[in-house]
Amino acid sequence: MDYLVILLLQIGSAVASLVLMSIGLAVIFGMMRVINLAHGEFLMLGGYAAITAFNHGVNLWLAMVVVAPLAVGLFGAVVERLVIRHLYGRLIDTMLATWGLSLAMIGFVTVVFGNTVSGISAPLGSLSIGAYRTGAYEIFLIGVAVLLLVAGWLVLRFTRYGLIARGTMQNPAMAAALGTNPSAVYAVTFAVGSALSGLAGGLLAPLSGVVPTIGAAYIAKAFITVISGGAAILSGTAIAATLLGAINTLATFAFTSVLGEVALLVAAVVLLRLLPQGITGRFFRRAL
Amino acid sequence: MLDIRGLSSGYHKIPIIFGVSFQVAAGEFVGILGHNGMGKTTLLRTIVGQLPATAGAIRFAGSDIAHAPTHRRARLGLGYVPQGRQIFPGLSVLDNMRMAAASAGLGDSVLDGVLDALPRLRSILGRPGGVLSGGEQQILALARCLCAEPKLILLDEPTEGIQPSIIEEIIEILQRLKGERGVTIVLVEQNLDFIRRLSDRVLIIQKGRMTGEIPPDHLGDDELVAEFVGMSAH
Repeated sequence: MDYLVILLLQIGSAVASLVLMSIGLAVIFGMMRVINLAHGEFLMLGGYAAITAFNHGVNLWLAMVVVAPLAVGLFGAVVERLVIRHLYGRLIDTMLATWGLSLAMIGFVTVVFGNTVSGISAPLGSLSIGAYRTGAYEIFLIGVAVLLLVAGWLVLRFTRYGLIARGTMQNPAMAAALGTNPSAVYAVTFAVGSALSGLAGGLLAPLSGVVPTIGAAYIAKAFITVISGGAAILSGTAIAATLLGAINTLATFAFTSVLGEVALLVAAVVLLRLLPQGITGRFFRRAL
Repeated sequence: MLDIRGLSSGYHKIPIIFGVSFQVAAGEFVGILGHNGMGKTTLLRTIVGQLPATAGAIRFAGSDIAHAPTHRRARLGLGYVPQGRQIFPGLSVLDNMRMAAASAGLGDSVLDGVLDALPRLRSILGRPGGVLSGGEQQILALARCLCAEPKLILLDEPTEGIQPSIIEEIIEILQRLKGERGVTIVLVEQNLDFIRRLSDRVLIIQKGRMTGEIPPDHLGDDELVAEFVGMSAH
Protein backbone atom coordinates (compact mmCIF):
# COMPACT_ATOMS: atom_id res chain seq x y z
CA MET A 1 0.00 0.00 0.00
CA ASP A 2 2.70 2.50 1.01
CA TYR A 3 4.72 1.36 -1.94
CA LEU A 4 1.78 2.09 -4.22
CA VAL A 5 1.33 5.59 -2.78
CA ILE A 6 5.01 6.32 -3.27
CA LEU A 7 4.87 4.97 -6.80
CA LEU A 8 1.87 7.18 -7.61
CA LEU A 9 3.59 10.21 -6.08
CA GLN A 10 6.69 9.48 -8.14
CA ILE A 11 4.58 9.26 -11.28
CA GLY A 12 2.81 12.49 -10.35
CA SER A 13 6.15 14.16 -9.78
CA ALA A 14 7.53 12.98 -13.15
CA VAL A 15 4.37 14.17 -14.90
CA ALA A 16 4.54 17.53 -13.14
CA SER A 17 8.18 17.98 -14.20
CA LEU A 18 7.25 17.27 -17.82
CA VAL A 19 4.31 19.69 -17.67
CA LEU A 20 6.50 22.42 -16.18
CA MET A 21 9.31 21.81 -18.69
CA SER A 22 7.04 21.93 -21.69
CA ILE A 23 4.21 24.36 -20.92
CA GLY A 24 6.11 27.45 -22.09
CA LEU A 25 7.15 25.70 -25.29
CA ALA A 26 3.58 24.44 -25.80
CA VAL A 27 2.20 27.97 -25.57
CA ILE A 28 4.75 29.41 -28.00
CA PHE A 29 4.71 26.51 -30.48
CA GLY A 30 0.99 25.86 -30.21
CA MET A 31 -0.15 29.45 -30.60
CA MET A 32 2.50 30.83 -32.92
CA ARG A 33 3.99 27.80 -34.71
CA VAL A 34 7.39 29.15 -33.69
CA ILE A 35 9.93 26.47 -32.78
CA ASN A 36 12.05 27.99 -30.04
CA LEU A 37 15.25 25.95 -29.91
CA ALA A 38 16.43 28.20 -27.06
CA HIS A 39 13.57 26.91 -24.90
CA GLY A 40 15.92 24.87 -22.70
CA GLU A 41 18.06 27.95 -22.15
CA PHE A 42 14.96 29.95 -21.15
CA LEU A 43 14.45 27.37 -18.38
CA MET A 44 18.14 27.59 -17.50
CA LEU A 45 17.86 31.38 -17.28
CA GLY A 46 14.86 31.01 -14.96
CA GLY A 47 16.93 28.77 -12.72
CA TYR A 48 19.81 31.26 -12.59
CA ALA A 49 17.41 34.18 -12.01
CA ALA A 50 15.90 32.38 -9.01
CA ILE A 51 19.25 31.31 -7.53
CA THR A 52 20.86 34.71 -8.06
CA ALA A 53 17.93 36.52 -6.46
CA PHE A 54 17.96 34.06 -3.55
CA ASN A 55 21.71 34.53 -3.04
CA HIS A 56 21.12 38.29 -2.89
CA GLY A 57 18.73 37.90 -0.02
CA VAL A 58 15.38 37.56 -1.80
CA ASN A 59 12.95 35.14 -0.20
CA LEU A 60 13.26 31.76 -1.95
CA TRP A 61 9.56 31.52 -2.88
CA LEU A 62 9.56 35.07 -4.22
CA ALA A 63 12.73 34.30 -6.19
CA MET A 64 11.21 31.20 -7.80
CA VAL A 65 7.62 32.32 -8.34
CA VAL A 66 8.05 36.05 -9.08
CA VAL A 67 11.64 36.93 -10.02
CA ALA A 68 12.29 33.98 -12.37
CA PRO A 69 9.13 34.35 -14.54
CA LEU A 70 9.43 38.13 -14.59
CA ALA A 71 13.10 38.07 -15.66
CA VAL A 72 12.62 35.46 -18.38
CA GLY A 73 9.30 37.01 -19.51
CA LEU A 74 11.06 40.36 -20.04
CA PHE A 75 13.95 38.61 -21.78
CA GLY A 76 11.45 36.83 -24.03
CA ALA A 77 9.72 40.11 -24.89
CA VAL A 78 13.07 41.56 -25.99
CA VAL A 79 13.94 38.44 -28.01
CA GLU A 80 10.52 38.55 -29.72
CA ARG A 81 11.00 42.17 -30.72
CA LEU A 82 14.61 41.82 -31.89
CA VAL A 83 14.61 38.35 -33.48
CA ILE A 84 11.37 36.36 -33.67
CA ARG A 85 9.18 39.16 -35.04
CA HIS A 86 11.25 39.40 -38.20
CA LEU A 87 11.03 35.68 -38.89
CA TYR A 88 7.31 34.83 -38.57
CA GLY A 89 6.29 32.13 -41.03
CA ARG A 90 9.91 31.20 -41.71
CA LEU A 91 10.24 27.99 -39.73
CA ILE A 92 13.82 27.05 -40.63
CA ASP A 93 15.12 30.60 -40.17
CA THR A 94 13.47 30.81 -36.74
CA MET A 95 15.00 27.49 -35.70
CA LEU A 96 18.44 28.63 -36.82
CA ALA A 97 18.11 32.00 -35.08
CA THR A 98 16.88 30.51 -31.80
CA TRP A 99 19.59 27.83 -31.92
CA GLY A 100 22.13 30.62 -32.28
CA LEU A 101 20.45 32.39 -29.39
CA SER A 102 20.72 29.25 -27.25
CA LEU A 103 24.47 28.98 -27.92
CA ALA A 104 24.92 32.67 -27.12
CA MET A 105 22.97 32.30 -23.87
CA ILE A 106 25.03 29.29 -22.80
CA GLY A 107 28.23 31.19 -23.55
CA PHE A 108 27.09 34.34 -21.79
CA VAL A 109 25.88 32.54 -18.66
CA THR A 110 29.11 30.51 -18.52
CA VAL A 111 31.14 33.74 -18.60
CA VAL A 112 29.06 35.34 -15.84
CA PHE A 113 28.40 32.40 -13.51
CA GLY A 114 31.14 29.94 -14.46
CA ASN A 115 30.78 26.40 -15.70
CA THR A 116 29.85 24.91 -12.33
CA VAL A 117 26.68 23.53 -10.86
CA SER A 118 24.88 26.00 -8.60
CA GLY A 119 22.10 24.80 -6.40
CA ILE A 120 19.66 25.60 -3.67
CA SER A 121 18.26 22.97 -1.39
CA ALA A 122 14.62 22.14 -1.86
CA PRO A 123 12.36 23.76 0.72
CA LEU A 124 9.53 22.08 2.67
CA GLY A 125 11.60 19.14 3.95
CA SER A 126 10.37 15.60 3.56
CA LEU A 127 7.32 13.51 4.24
CA SER A 128 7.20 9.96 5.50
CA ILE A 129 4.70 7.53 4.11
CA GLY A 130 4.98 4.25 5.98
CA ALA A 131 8.53 3.07 5.63
CA TYR A 132 9.25 5.45 2.76
CA ARG A 133 10.18 9.11 2.62
CA THR A 134 9.57 11.58 -0.18
CA GLY A 135 10.25 15.29 -0.67
CA ALA A 136 7.28 17.50 0.15
CA TYR A 137 8.52 19.97 -2.45
CA GLU A 138 7.88 17.41 -5.19
CA ILE A 139 4.26 17.16 -4.08
CA PHE A 140 4.10 20.96 -4.13
CA LEU A 141 5.27 20.90 -7.77
CA ILE A 142 2.45 18.51 -8.67
CA GLY A 143 0.04 21.12 -7.30
CA VAL A 144 1.74 23.89 -9.28
CA ALA A 145 1.52 21.90 -12.52
CA VAL A 146 -2.20 21.28 -12.01
CA LEU A 147 -2.74 24.92 -11.09
CA LEU A 148 -0.92 26.14 -14.23
CA LEU A 149 -2.99 23.90 -16.50
CA VAL A 150 -6.27 24.94 -14.87
CA ALA A 151 -5.33 28.63 -14.88
CA GLY A 152 -4.28 28.40 -18.53
CA TRP A 153 -7.57 26.77 -19.42
CA LEU A 154 -9.56 29.43 -17.57
CA VAL A 155 -7.65 32.24 -19.31
CA LEU A 156 -8.09 30.74 -22.79
CA ARG A 157 -11.71 29.81 -22.22
CA PHE A 158 -13.12 32.77 -20.33
CA THR A 159 -11.06 35.91 -20.87
CA ARG A 160 -11.09 38.43 -23.68
CA TYR A 161 -7.38 37.90 -24.25
CA GLY A 162 -7.93 34.14 -24.43
CA LEU A 163 -10.64 34.55 -27.04
CA ILE A 164 -8.52 36.88 -29.16
CA ALA A 165 -5.51 34.57 -28.81
CA ARG A 166 -7.53 31.51 -29.90
CA GLY A 167 -9.04 33.36 -32.87
CA THR A 168 -5.66 34.73 -33.96
CA MET A 169 -4.11 31.28 -33.67
CA GLN A 170 -6.79 29.80 -35.94
CA ASN A 171 -6.74 32.49 -38.63
CA PRO A 172 -4.39 35.46 -38.16
CA ALA A 173 -5.37 37.13 -41.45
CA MET A 174 -9.06 37.10 -40.53
CA ALA A 175 -8.32 38.29 -36.99
CA ALA A 176 -6.48 41.26 -38.49
CA ALA A 177 -9.41 41.99 -40.81
CA LEU A 178 -11.59 42.25 -37.70
CA GLY A 179 -9.27 44.75 -36.00
CA THR A 180 -6.91 42.57 -33.94
CA ASN A 181 -3.21 43.26 -34.39
CA PRO A 182 -1.72 39.76 -34.71
CA SER A 183 1.83 40.87 -33.99
CA ALA A 184 0.70 42.39 -30.68
CA VAL A 185 -1.00 39.08 -29.80
CA TYR A 186 2.17 37.19 -30.75
CA ALA A 187 4.33 39.53 -28.68
CA VAL A 188 2.19 38.99 -25.58
CA THR A 189 1.99 35.23 -26.23
CA PHE A 190 5.75 34.91 -26.60
CA ALA A 191 6.34 36.88 -23.41
CA VAL A 192 3.79 34.75 -21.51
CA GLY A 193 5.35 31.54 -22.85
CA SER A 194 8.80 32.80 -21.83
CA ALA A 195 7.55 33.73 -18.37
CA LEU A 196 6.09 30.22 -17.95
CA SER A 197 9.48 28.76 -18.93
CA GLY A 198 11.15 31.08 -16.42
CA LEU A 199 8.76 29.96 -13.69
CA ALA A 200 9.42 26.32 -14.54
CA GLY A 201 13.18 26.89 -14.55
CA GLY A 202 12.98 28.59 -11.16
CA LEU A 203 10.81 25.88 -9.63
CA LEU A 204 12.90 23.01 -11.00
CA ALA A 205 16.22 24.55 -9.91
CA PRO A 206 16.12 23.14 -6.34
CA LEU A 207 15.62 19.62 -7.72
CA SER A 208 18.10 19.59 -10.58
CA GLY A 209 20.52 22.39 -9.77
CA VAL A 210 21.61 24.65 -12.62
CA VAL A 211 24.59 24.64 -14.96
CA PRO A 212 24.81 26.72 -18.13
CA THR A 213 24.27 23.60 -20.27
CA ILE A 214 21.24 22.26 -18.41
CA GLY A 215 18.96 23.42 -21.24
CA ALA A 216 20.00 20.42 -23.31
CA ALA A 217 18.51 18.12 -20.68
CA TYR A 218 15.21 20.01 -20.71
CA ILE A 219 14.63 20.71 -24.37
CA ALA A 220 14.46 17.13 -25.67
CA LYS A 221 11.80 16.11 -23.16
CA ALA A 222 9.91 19.36 -23.66
CA PHE A 223 9.77 18.89 -27.43
CA ILE A 224 8.80 15.23 -27.14
CA THR A 225 5.95 16.13 -24.80
CA VAL A 226 4.65 19.02 -26.92
CA ILE A 227 4.85 17.14 -30.23
CA SER A 228 3.25 14.02 -28.73
CA GLY A 229 0.50 16.20 -27.27
CA GLY A 230 -0.54 17.60 -30.62
CA ALA A 231 -2.63 20.64 -31.46
CA ALA A 232 -4.41 21.22 -28.16
CA ILE A 233 -1.96 23.26 -26.09
CA LEU A 234 -3.11 22.44 -22.58
CA SER A 235 -4.89 19.10 -22.76
CA GLY A 236 -2.33 17.81 -25.26
CA THR A 237 0.53 18.69 -22.95
CA ALA A 238 -1.30 17.27 -19.93
CA ILE A 239 -2.15 13.96 -21.62
CA ALA A 240 1.28 13.48 -23.20
CA ALA A 241 3.05 14.38 -19.95
CA THR A 242 0.87 11.92 -18.01
CA LEU A 243 1.50 9.10 -20.46
CA LEU A 244 5.24 9.68 -20.85
CA GLY A 245 5.77 10.49 -17.16
CA ALA A 246 4.02 7.28 -16.10
CA ILE A 247 6.00 5.13 -18.55
CA ASN A 248 9.26 6.77 -17.45
CA THR A 249 8.58 6.21 -13.75
CA LEU A 250 7.31 2.66 -14.11
CA ALA A 251 10.33 1.64 -16.18
CA THR A 252 12.61 3.36 -13.68
CA PHE A 253 11.02 1.44 -10.81
CA ALA A 254 11.15 -1.85 -12.67
CA PHE A 255 14.65 -1.49 -14.09
CA THR A 256 16.95 1.55 -13.79
CA SER A 257 16.57 5.26 -14.38
CA VAL A 258 18.52 4.97 -17.65
CA LEU A 259 16.03 2.43 -18.94
CA GLY A 260 13.28 4.77 -17.71
CA GLU A 261 14.56 7.46 -20.07
CA VAL A 262 14.88 4.92 -22.87
CA ALA A 263 11.30 3.76 -22.29
CA LEU A 264 10.09 7.38 -22.49
CA LEU A 265 11.82 7.90 -25.83
CA VAL A 266 10.62 4.58 -27.26
CA ALA A 267 7.07 5.37 -26.16
CA ALA A 268 7.25 8.77 -27.89
CA VAL A 269 8.60 7.24 -31.10
CA VAL A 270 5.87 4.57 -31.18
CA LEU A 271 3.22 7.17 -30.33
CA LEU A 272 4.25 9.51 -33.12
CA ARG A 273 4.46 6.60 -35.57
CA LEU A 274 0.83 5.74 -34.77
CA LEU A 275 -0.43 9.31 -34.28
CA PRO A 276 1.73 11.63 -36.39
CA GLN A 277 -0.46 14.62 -35.45
CA GLY A 278 0.00 13.91 -31.76
CA ILE A 279 -2.62 12.65 -29.32
CA THR A 280 -4.97 15.63 -29.70
CA GLY A 281 -4.54 15.52 -33.47
CA ARG A 282 -6.64 12.34 -33.27
CA PHE A 283 -8.61 12.48 -30.01
CA PHE A 284 -10.18 15.43 -28.12
CA ARG A 285 -9.78 17.58 -31.20
CA ARG A 286 -11.92 20.42 -29.93
CA ALA A 287 -10.09 20.65 -26.62
CA LEU A 288 -7.89 23.61 -25.72
CA MET B 1 -16.80 57.23 -47.96
CA LEU B 2 -14.46 55.12 -50.08
CA ASP B 3 -12.36 56.71 -52.78
CA ILE B 4 -10.02 54.51 -54.81
CA ARG B 5 -7.73 56.01 -57.43
CA GLY B 6 -5.31 54.28 -59.78
CA LEU B 7 -5.04 51.22 -57.54
CA SER B 8 -2.71 48.43 -58.72
CA SER B 9 -1.74 45.24 -56.93
CA GLY B 10 -1.10 41.55 -57.38
CA TYR B 11 0.53 38.49 -55.88
CA HIS B 12 4.29 38.86 -55.48
CA LYS B 13 5.55 39.99 -58.89
CA ILE B 14 2.42 39.03 -60.82
CA PRO B 15 0.20 42.08 -61.36
CA ILE B 16 -3.55 41.40 -61.22
CA ILE B 17 -5.17 44.82 -60.74
CA PHE B 18 -4.24 47.69 -63.07
CA GLY B 19 -5.08 51.25 -62.05
CA VAL B 20 -8.60 50.69 -60.73
CA SER B 21 -10.56 53.80 -59.71
CA PHE B 22 -14.04 54.08 -58.20
CA GLN B 23 -15.91 55.92 -55.50
CA VAL B 24 -18.57 54.79 -53.05
CA ALA B 25 -20.79 57.31 -51.26
CA ALA B 26 -22.09 56.81 -47.72
CA GLY B 27 -25.20 54.62 -47.68
CA GLU B 28 -24.63 53.37 -51.21
CA PHE B 29 -24.79 49.70 -52.29
CA VAL B 30 -22.28 49.21 -55.11
CA GLY B 31 -21.95 45.95 -56.99
CA ILE B 32 -18.80 44.92 -58.86
CA LEU B 33 -19.53 42.26 -61.45
CA GLY B 34 -16.94 40.06 -63.10
CA HIS B 35 -16.10 36.49 -64.05
CA ASN B 36 -13.70 34.25 -62.16
CA GLY B 37 -10.09 35.41 -62.41
CA MET B 38 -10.93 39.03 -63.28
CA GLY B 39 -9.40 40.33 -60.06
CA LYS B 40 -12.47 40.78 -57.83
CA THR B 41 -11.02 39.08 -54.78
CA THR B 42 -7.58 40.63 -55.34
CA LEU B 43 -9.23 44.07 -55.41
CA LEU B 44 -11.01 43.50 -52.08
CA ARG B 45 -7.97 41.97 -50.42
CA THR B 46 -5.94 45.01 -51.47
CA ILE B 47 -8.55 47.38 -50.02
CA VAL B 48 -8.56 45.39 -46.75
CA GLY B 49 -4.76 45.34 -46.64
CA GLN B 50 -4.08 41.64 -47.03
CA LEU B 51 -2.23 42.40 -50.27
CA PRO B 52 0.05 45.42 -50.68
CA ALA B 53 -0.96 48.14 -53.14
CA THR B 54 1.81 48.64 -55.71
CA ALA B 55 0.37 51.96 -56.90
CA GLY B 56 -2.56 54.25 -56.27
CA ALA B 57 -4.47 55.64 -53.31
CA ILE B 58 -7.24 54.31 -51.05
CA ARG B 59 -9.07 56.95 -49.05
CA PHE B 60 -11.55 55.68 -46.50
CA ALA B 61 -13.58 57.75 -44.03
CA GLY B 62 -11.28 60.72 -44.57
CA SER B 63 -7.87 59.08 -44.21
CA ASP B 64 -5.42 57.57 -46.68
CA ILE B 65 -5.20 53.88 -45.79
CA ALA B 66 -3.28 52.53 -48.80
CA HIS B 67 -0.31 51.59 -46.61
CA ALA B 68 -1.97 51.17 -43.21
CA PRO B 69 -1.85 47.68 -41.66
CA THR B 70 -5.00 45.56 -41.97
CA HIS B 71 -6.06 45.83 -38.33
CA ARG B 72 -5.91 49.63 -38.41
CA ARG B 73 -8.16 49.73 -41.50
CA ALA B 74 -10.60 47.47 -39.68
CA ARG B 75 -10.55 49.76 -36.64
CA LEU B 76 -11.44 52.69 -38.91
CA GLY B 77 -14.68 50.86 -39.76
CA LEU B 78 -13.80 48.74 -42.77
CA GLY B 79 -15.71 45.46 -42.56
CA TYR B 80 -14.78 42.39 -44.60
CA VAL B 81 -16.75 39.23 -45.41
CA PRO B 82 -14.11 37.23 -47.29
CA GLN B 83 -14.40 34.62 -49.98
CA GLY B 84 -14.69 31.19 -48.39
CA ARG B 85 -16.10 32.87 -45.25
CA GLN B 86 -12.96 32.26 -43.14
CA ILE B 87 -14.94 31.31 -40.06
CA PHE B 88 -12.77 30.45 -37.03
CA PRO B 89 -13.36 26.68 -37.11
CA GLY B 90 -12.59 25.92 -33.47
CA LEU B 91 -14.62 28.79 -32.03
CA SER B 92 -18.35 28.45 -31.42
CA VAL B 93 -20.79 30.63 -33.37
CA LEU B 94 -21.09 32.87 -30.30
CA ASP B 95 -17.30 33.08 -29.87
CA ASN B 96 -16.82 33.90 -33.56
CA MET B 97 -19.08 36.91 -32.97
CA ARG B 98 -17.49 37.80 -29.61
CA MET B 99 -14.05 37.61 -31.27
CA ALA B 100 -15.18 40.23 -33.80
CA ALA B 101 -16.58 42.53 -31.10
CA ALA B 102 -13.44 42.13 -28.97
CA SER B 103 -11.16 42.76 -31.96
CA ALA B 104 -13.01 45.99 -32.67
CA GLY B 105 -12.67 47.04 -29.03
CA LEU B 106 -16.41 46.66 -28.41
CA GLY B 107 -18.23 44.81 -25.65
CA ASP B 108 -20.53 41.81 -25.99
CA SER B 109 -23.51 44.18 -25.86
CA VAL B 110 -23.39 44.60 -29.67
CA LEU B 111 -24.21 40.91 -30.13
CA ASP B 112 -27.90 41.20 -29.26
CA GLY B 113 -28.61 43.71 -31.99
CA VAL B 114 -26.83 41.55 -34.56
CA LEU B 115 -28.70 38.42 -33.46
CA ASP B 116 -31.98 40.32 -33.77
CA ALA B 117 -31.06 41.03 -37.38
CA LEU B 118 -29.93 37.41 -38.01
CA PRO B 119 -32.21 35.30 -35.78
CA ARG B 120 -31.27 32.05 -37.54
CA LEU B 121 -28.01 32.02 -35.58
CA ARG B 122 -29.72 32.02 -32.16
CA SER B 123 -30.40 28.29 -32.24
CA ILE B 124 -26.81 27.33 -33.15
CA LEU B 125 -24.81 29.69 -30.91
CA GLY B 126 -22.94 26.85 -29.20
CA ARG B 127 -21.91 24.92 -32.32
CA PRO B 128 -18.29 25.11 -33.53
CA GLY B 129 -17.89 27.27 -36.63
CA GLY B 130 -16.15 24.45 -38.48
CA VAL B 131 -19.17 22.11 -38.55
CA LEU B 132 -21.71 24.59 -39.94
CA SER B 133 -23.15 24.28 -43.44
CA GLY B 134 -21.91 26.71 -46.10
CA GLY B 135 -25.06 28.80 -45.79
CA GLU B 136 -24.87 29.00 -42.01
CA GLN B 137 -21.20 29.95 -42.27
CA GLN B 138 -22.05 32.70 -44.74
CA ILE B 139 -24.67 34.18 -42.42
CA LEU B 140 -22.24 33.86 -39.51
CA ALA B 141 -19.52 35.62 -41.54
CA LEU B 142 -21.95 38.49 -42.10
CA ALA B 143 -22.96 38.51 -38.43
CA ARG B 144 -19.32 38.50 -37.37
CA CYS B 145 -18.64 41.45 -39.62
CA LEU B 146 -21.61 43.37 -38.17
CA CYS B 147 -20.37 42.74 -34.60
CA ALA B 148 -17.47 45.09 -35.31
CA GLU B 149 -20.01 47.80 -36.26
CA PRO B 150 -18.36 48.67 -39.60
CA LYS B 151 -19.10 51.81 -41.60
CA LEU B 152 -18.53 49.98 -44.86
CA ILE B 153 -18.78 46.26 -45.63
CA LEU B 154 -16.82 44.54 -48.39
CA LEU B 155 -18.66 41.38 -49.44
CA ASP B 156 -16.79 38.81 -51.51
CA GLU B 157 -19.05 36.40 -53.44
CA PRO B 158 -21.52 35.57 -50.67
CA THR B 159 -23.46 33.22 -53.00
CA GLU B 160 -20.51 30.97 -53.80
CA GLY B 161 -21.41 27.37 -53.02
CA ILE B 162 -24.62 28.35 -51.20
CA GLN B 163 -28.00 26.67 -51.75
CA PRO B 164 -30.70 28.84 -53.41
CA SER B 165 -32.99 29.08 -50.37
CA ILE B 166 -30.17 30.59 -48.31
CA ILE B 167 -29.30 32.96 -51.15
CA GLU B 168 -32.86 34.31 -50.92
CA GLU B 169 -32.40 34.71 -47.18
CA ILE B 170 -29.11 36.56 -47.66
CA ILE B 171 -30.76 38.90 -50.14
CA GLU B 172 -33.49 39.71 -47.59
CA ILE B 173 -30.90 40.27 -44.86
CA LEU B 174 -28.84 42.61 -47.03
CA GLN B 175 -31.91 44.54 -48.19
CA ARG B 176 -32.93 45.03 -44.57
CA LEU B 177 -29.40 46.14 -43.59
CA LYS B 178 -29.40 48.61 -46.41
CA GLY B 179 -32.82 49.96 -45.51
CA GLU B 180 -32.71 49.98 -41.72
CA ARG B 181 -29.08 50.50 -40.79
CA GLY B 182 -27.96 52.53 -43.77
CA VAL B 183 -24.76 50.47 -44.02
CA THR B 184 -22.56 51.17 -47.03
CA ILE B 185 -21.80 47.98 -48.95
CA VAL B 186 -19.46 46.99 -51.78
CA LEU B 187 -20.40 43.59 -53.21
CA VAL B 188 -18.30 41.64 -55.71
CA GLU B 189 -20.13 38.83 -57.45
CA GLN B 190 -20.49 36.83 -60.62
CA ASN B 191 -24.12 35.95 -59.85
CA LEU B 192 -25.87 38.52 -62.03
CA ASP B 193 -29.34 38.07 -60.55
CA PHE B 194 -28.05 38.48 -56.99
CA ILE B 195 -26.04 41.62 -57.74
CA ARG B 196 -28.87 43.17 -59.75
CA ARG B 197 -31.44 42.77 -57.00
CA LEU B 198 -29.29 44.51 -54.40
CA SER B 199 -27.06 47.10 -56.03
CA ASP B 200 -27.77 50.78 -56.60
CA ARG B 201 -25.27 50.69 -59.45
CA VAL B 202 -23.04 48.00 -60.90
CA LEU B 203 -19.41 48.34 -62.01
CA ILE B 204 -17.85 45.86 -64.40
CA ILE B 205 -14.37 44.47 -63.80
CA GLN B 206 -12.53 42.70 -66.61
CA LYS B 207 -8.93 41.50 -66.51
CA GLY B 208 -8.08 43.73 -63.59
CA ARG B 209 -9.57 46.92 -65.04
CA MET B 210 -12.88 48.70 -64.50
CA THR B 211 -14.43 48.59 -67.96
CA GLY B 212 -17.85 50.06 -67.46
CA GLU B 213 -20.80 50.92 -65.30
CA ILE B 214 -24.39 49.82 -65.67
CA PRO B 215 -26.62 52.69 -64.59
CA PRO B 216 -29.35 51.79 -62.10
CA ASP B 217 -32.27 52.26 -64.50
CA HIS B 218 -30.75 49.80 -66.97
CA LEU B 219 -30.17 46.98 -64.50
CA GLY B 220 -33.48 45.40 -65.49
CA ASP B 221 -32.60 45.42 -69.18
CA ASP B 222 -31.20 41.93 -69.84
CA GLU B 223 -29.83 42.62 -73.28
CA LEU B 224 -28.04 45.78 -72.28
CA VAL B 225 -26.57 44.11 -69.20
CA ALA B 226 -25.40 41.16 -71.29
CA GLU B 227 -23.75 43.57 -73.67
CA PHE B 228 -21.90 45.32 -70.85
CA VAL B 229 -20.73 42.16 -69.18
CA GLY B 230 -20.16 40.04 -72.22
CA MET B 231 -22.08 37.22 -70.65
CA SER B 232 -25.63 36.03 -70.96
CA ALA B 233 -28.11 36.88 -68.26
CA HIS B 234 -29.87 33.83 -66.94
